[in-house]
Formats: sequence, structure tokens, C-alpha cells
Amino acid sequence: MNRREFLKTASVTATASAAGVAAPAVFSSAQAQARAETLLIVSESGPNNLDVQGVGTNVPGYEVSWNCYDRLITHPMKDVNGTPYYDRDKIEGELAEDMTLGDMSATFKLKKNATFQDGTPVTAKDVKWSMDRAVSVGGFPTFQMKAGSLEKPEQFVVVDDHTFRVDFLRKDRLTIPDLAVVVPCIMNSELVKKNATAQDPWGLEYVKQNTVGSGAYKVTKWTPGTEVVFERNDKWVGGPMPKIKRVIWRMVPSAGNRRALLERGDADISYDLPNKDFVELKDSGKLTIISTPYSNGLQYIGMNVTKPPFDNLKVRQAIAYAIPYQKIMDAVLFGLGKPMFGAAPGGVKEAVWPQPAPFTTDLVKAKQLLTEAGYPNGLETTISFDLGFAGVNEPLCVLLQENLQELGIKTTINKIPGANWRTELNKKELPLFTNVFSGWLDYPEYFFFWCYHGQNSVFNTMSYKSAAMDAFIDGARAAAAKGDKAAYDADVKGMIDLAFADVPRVPLYQPYVNIAMQKNVTGYEYWFHRRLDYRSFVKS
Amino acid sequence: MLKLIASRIATAIPSLIGVVIVTFMLTRVLPGDAAAYFAGPAATPQAIAEIRTKLGLDKPLPVQFVDYVTALSKGDLGSSLSTGQPVATEIASRLPASAELTLSGLILALAIAIPFGIMAAVKQGTWVDHACRVITTAGVSLPVFFTGLLLVYVFYFKLGWAPAPLGRLDVFFTAPPTVTGFYLIDSLIAGDLETFRSAAAQLAIPTVTLAIFALAPIARITRASMLSVLSSEFVRTARAAGLTPYKVIMVYAFRNAMLPVITTLGMVFSFLLGANVLVEKVFAWPGIGSYAVEALISSDYAPVQGFVLAMAILYIILNLVIDLAYGVIDPRARSEA
Repeated sequence: MNRREFLKTASVTATASAAGVAAPAVFSSAQAQARAETLLIVSESGPNNLDVQGVGTNVPGYEVSWNCYDRLITHPMKDVNGTPYYDRDKIEGELAEDMTLGDMSATFKLKKNATFQDGTPVTAKDVKWSMDRAVSVGGFPTFQMKAGSLEKPEQFVVVDDHTFRVDFLRKDRLTIPDLAVVVPCIMNSELVKKNATAQDPWGLEYVKQNTVGSGAYKVTKWTPGTEVVFERNDKWVGGPMPKIKRVIWRMVPSAGNRRALLERGDADISYDLPNKDFVELKDSGKLTIISTPYSNGLQYIGMNVTKPPFDNLKVRQAIAYAIPYQKIMDAVLFGLGKPMFGAAPGGVKEAVWPQPAPFTTDLVKAKQLLTEAGYPNGLETTISFDLGFAGVNEPLCVLLQENLQELGIKTTINKIPGANWRTELNKKELPLFTNVFSGWLDYPEYFFFWCYHGQNSVFNTMSYKSAAMDAFIDGARAAAAKGDKAAYDADVKGMIDLAFADVPRVPLYQPYVNIAMQKNVTGYEYWFHRRLDYRSFVKS
Repeated sequence: MLKLIASRIATAIPSLIGVVIVTFMLTRVLPGDAAAYFAGPAATPQAIAEIRTKLGLDKPLPVQFVDYVTALSKGDLGSSLSTGQPVATEIASRLPASAELTLSGLILALAIAIPFGIMAAVKQGTWVDHACRVITTAGVSLPVFFTGLLLVYVFYFKLGWAPAPLGRLDVFFTAPPTVTGFYLIDSLIAGDLETFRSAAAQLAIPTVTLAIFALAPIARITRASMLSVLSSEFVRTARAAGLTPYKVIMVYAFRNAMLPVITTLGMVFSFLLGANVLVEKVFAWPGIGSYAVEALISSDYAPVQGFVLAMAILYIILNLVIDLAYGVIDPRARSEA
């Protein structure tokens, strides 16, 4: 580089940086108008697939599907502590205008004026094709359908252009709610078929990139890892016309910057900030903060019951009395969680779940139990957690480690990267760990089926097997299908009592979904999938 | 010259083959199961097995390797699972973002560091020299994510001078039509000054962050190498012959002091690409570094392999350019080659 070139680059840089400093964030009036009709959402991560039925679609992908597709039915809202909250027990039509429930089938009349976003009318043929796809593509969507006993394409019948019937394989209370979850969304079958190939008959590649539904929004631009832009579908008939015309969803990996964007008023909504930030934002009063407990979700301490030392009930009880519950609530969650400990002893009173377990921090009792179990001098083990949620898991495990130290239990903390976590859980070898489970369908037996049943699913992380427990769970499912309330309540109480008596896992708290939004934004609704529903938002 | 380029490229081929093999093995040997990760929260072992078959991860490693190399020879780097896009298009669209940022940072750093280093060497022991020492020490000891967050806090959050740290453009601007992929250049080609201003404003703080980091080694090396050249005999002779100080320093001394600076520049550029990962995270910059890190976290093999390969090629080109620059500056380097 000679002097002349050097001076040239120097002056170019000088002008470039001068322009940079001189350009403040001013919007022209057209942009101000656009801004008033646009919702800017910032979050840590974005979708990897626009198709909820695709291979390995991540949780942000569910949000896209929820807003861009219609289902046959959905849930209305009810009020829970001032926040609209989906009503598990009520159903209303979205694409269907009418549902007739028979003994072994349900018949849906489709809305006649419903059209897909490209203008083709929605017919029962599309509905059947979409349902067939959900039960056939395999992976998560198929298993979710199976949870509601929706397993075979033969169950889905086209009666006429606007009438569709689902035949039941067996009586199952979860069949109808399972039609209102994210997975059974209705797609434009002709459009997908046109873009499908012989190797890919369900058009997974096409639907991954394009929203082909009849929903309230459509994705007009998607830059993976950067942003998703949604535009309103003005021909939507699934519900009242949404107020927000455009939604821009930007991925901002730094939590500090997400908070700064909210506080400066540049972003409208964010929902995955650290608990500490949420508490501080709440106290500052500049933003609307809404915290709702996860439906049917729990953070817990799990113990592997197949291997020493946790095959010993007394050791498990000792751990349950050694957990610093209140400290976790205060120092880790900053109060943003619903305590699930300290219930009065004497058995379960109500057939509801989640509910607090009868444990409190009592180190004397814990020490005594540990001595009775034959470990008067303590023992050594590891505590494992998922690094993907290190913000909560790490301090939680450190607090637990401190308390266990006092009992003479020496622990090393084993941090497992997110990609690895599920593999490790699947091996069922971790002795002591913390984890979260939450079910889309908000029924106790659904939770227990995944987490405590002897079929030993991925989420029975403790490898807990008990004939008595299986009998309660199967009994509750059968009673629910028959509508036998008394038997159902007895079974649910039985399974909860047994879970607390055998303590393969110790409930800690029900986590909160935390939403921070500008004061001029209203209309947040809580859904079982815990993602945002853009259709109800209003910006004034 | 052409022979030199050809021989350099020839030596690069074995390293490329090595890179392909090593990245393939590394991503497979690493713990973590892509199928389990992407099977979602409610997956059963069957669901995981189905996904594994779909991804071809159930085949033996040699077969997977042959598949990979075959695809690679057709220019197909595979598809990313976490973003759902072909890796080649992703890298092509993200590399310019990283390059624009890195180059602006480097140019700004050069524009400050070289004059500063020269001044510090010429006026050794004065306040300029001390200032140079303080700034370079600060530059190396402040991690980029810290400087980045601090600058965001001061200039965006407190003062409101800088735009929101939301990537390459304000939310309400659309990207200029792609020619080079550099928004500053593309917006000028399109004649869209408003977009140019927005892009420049978005670029300003990340550029400064990177420049602060890159400034230190360049300024220090410039100073050290100037000092040794200034004390050499030909400079004394030049001074004795009555040449102006300007001519002595800029023409004779600086040109001779530049070789180590160029070498450092190559290193700094590679450091910057590393530092970029953090800066991209802080500023939500849609660059290649953050892409690779996310892919690594989720055991997403294809982008990691693609990224390492792209970087290896970039380094090889960079080294080639530096070698050629040597020849331009110093005729001796030309004859040695």
C-alpha cells in the first residue's frame, strides 16, 4: 500500500463512518404509518421449518404454523387472573362451522366461504389429505396424533365437499382436543401435490418454505436465523379479522439487547428474557409484563430408580427434604414460578395436576433418612442439567449441590449441551438431574402417561416402573373415556399420591411463560403451545 | 507471478482434502445426536429412529463419507436442519454480511492504527507513544462482546445516537438488489441513498467494536517495526543526505517496515473472523459466524462442514494474497519464490 492508496482508503473510511454517525434512526412519515400497523417481535431463536409436520421442526416453527394455518376446531378464551387463557373444556369451530359428536365418530361441516390464501376453496378433500399427511409422515406429528388415538388414514372420511368425518378407533377423551393442537392443520392439498415429487409425496420440501394454509397470516419473507415477515390474509374467515396487518419477527440472540430494544420502545414484544430482566422490567413499570404458569408443566429433580443409591426409597426421600425450595424460588426464578412444594401432609385432596408435593427443606430429617438408608457418611454422585436452559438450571443445581454437601453427599455438576441432552436422557443412565416436562394436552393422565407409566417413554426419565401406577393411569384413561367422574378422580388422586410416596421425581415449581410488551400493545392470549397468537394483538 | 500462484494453489489442495476429512470425522465423533435433537420434545425412540433414517445417519460412516464427497463434488454442501436451507445458499448469502463487517472493521482499524503506530515510533517516549500504549493495551484486553454491549448501551440505549442493534438494516428498509452482497456498495449501485444511510448507520457500531479489537496488534507491530527500521543505517544515511523527514519516514522507512505489518494483517483478519462470531451475536448480524455456532450447538453437521470448508478456502486465498503482496512490496521476496 503506498501513500496515495493509503490516503484514499483513509478518506473513504472517514466518509463512511461520518455517514454512520450522522444517520439517526428517523422514520419518514410513510414508515411511521407502517410502524403503527406492524408488530415487531424479538426473540432469541426463530423457526427452522414453516411446516409443523416437517422433519425436526423446532418450537418457534409451531408459532408460524399456528398463525398461518387453520384447524377444524380451536378453543375459546376464558379469563385466568386477568389474562385470556385457552379454555381446555370448550371447543369452537375454526374451519368447521359445526361439529356433531356421535358415539364412535365426529362429523364436521366446513365453512362454505373459507378459501386458501391462493383463493382456492377449502374442501373436505383438503382436510382429509392434511389429516392423512399428519398420521403418515412419521416423527413428531404422527406421534402427537397417536396421543389422541388418531392413527390411520381410514379414520378420516370425506362425506361431501363440505362435510368431513373422523371415525374413532377407540373411545378416548383426548381425540377431540388433539384435533385442536398445532399439528392437524389444514393445507391446500392441490397446491402441495403440484409441488411434491415421487420421493417426497407429502411435499415436505415445499411446505417447509411456503405457508399453504387458510390461516390469518401468511409468511411473505423468511430469512432463517434472521427474520420472518408475516402479512395478514384479508380473506380469513376462521375468526374476527386481526388488527395487526404485518408482523416482523426478528431474531436477536443477545438477551441484553432484547431488553434494550424493549426499553427504548423499538421492539413491541419479547418473550424469552432472563427472569431477572423480567422482574426488573416489571418493577420499572414501563412495559406490560404478563407471567402465566405453563399449563401441565413442571420443573423437577429426577432420580434414576434402577441403580444405587437412588433405588433406595429413603435416599430419594432424603433428597426431597434436602432441596432448597424457597431459595430456588427467590434466587433462581426471582419469584417467577409457581411453588410446587410444602403441601400439607395427609394425602392428595383434589384430582388436579400439577399440585404441590408434601416436601419442605428439612436437613435434619434428610440426614436421618440418609442414615436409615445406610449412608451415614453420605455418598458421591453427579447432578446433570441441560445447558440449553443454563440460565435457570445452573444456579438451581449449584444451590442443590450446596445443600447436599451438608448431608455429606458429594456431587459434581455435569453440564450437558442441548444437542446432547435428549440422547443422554434416552440412555436413562443419569443418576440425578433436573428437567422440565410440559404436555400440550392439559390432563393429569396425559402427564402421568408420559412421565410415570411403565411403558417407559423418553420422559419417564427415572425409569420408574410400578404395576400399581400403571393400573391408576390406565384406569384414569378408561374412566375419562367413559365419563366416569368418580372412578376418574379416585385414579388420579391415587396416581398423584403414589408419585409423592415413591418420589422417583421431586416437583419443584411450575415455570412461567413471561411476556414483555409495550404499553400500547394489548391482546396477549395464553395458549397450551406457549407461543404467540398474532390474531388477537392490538396496537394503539 | 503466474507460476507462483499456481504453485501456491497446488500446495493448498492437500490441506483442503485434509480439511474435508477432518471436519467430517469431527462432526461425527462429537457427542450429540442430531436425530434426537430434531425429533422434538415429545419424541419416542421410534420417532428418533425414523428421523435418523431420513437424515441418512443410520448408514455406516464410510458410506456417509462417500455420500458427502459425491455431493460436494457437485457443489452440494447439503442442507441445514436448523434453518432448513441448503448450506451453499446460506453461506453465499451470509458470507458478504460477515465480509462487509470484517473489512470495514479492518479498514477502520488500519486507518487509525498505522498513523498511530508511525507517530508513536517517530515521537518515541512522548504522549503520543504513551497514548498508543494505553489504547492498544485496552484494545487487546477488552473482549469484543463486552465492547460491543458497552457501545450499544452507551450509543443506543443511553444516547440514542445509534440505531437499534437489529442486524444489517432497519426493520422497515428492504435490502438493495444483490450485486456484491455488500449493502453499502449495492445501495449505491441502486442509487438508494436512504438505504445506504441506514446500512451505514447499522454498520457503524459493530465496525467500531471490531476496529477496537483489531487496532492493538496492528499499531504495536507498526510501532515496533518502524522503530527497528528508523534505527537502521540507510535511514541515517537518508537523513544525513538531507532528505525531508516526511520522505525519510513515509517513503524509505515505512515501506521497509510494512512487511511485518502485512503478516500481522493476515493474522488479524483471521482473528477478526473469529471475533465476528461474538459481534454477530451481539448485533444480531446475519453473518456466517453466528450461523456456524448455532449449527454446532444443535449438532447440525452440514453447515459446520460447509463453514469450515469455506473458511479454509478463504484462508488459502488470504495467504496467497499476502504472499503476492510481499512480492509487490519487497523485490527480494519475489526472487526467493
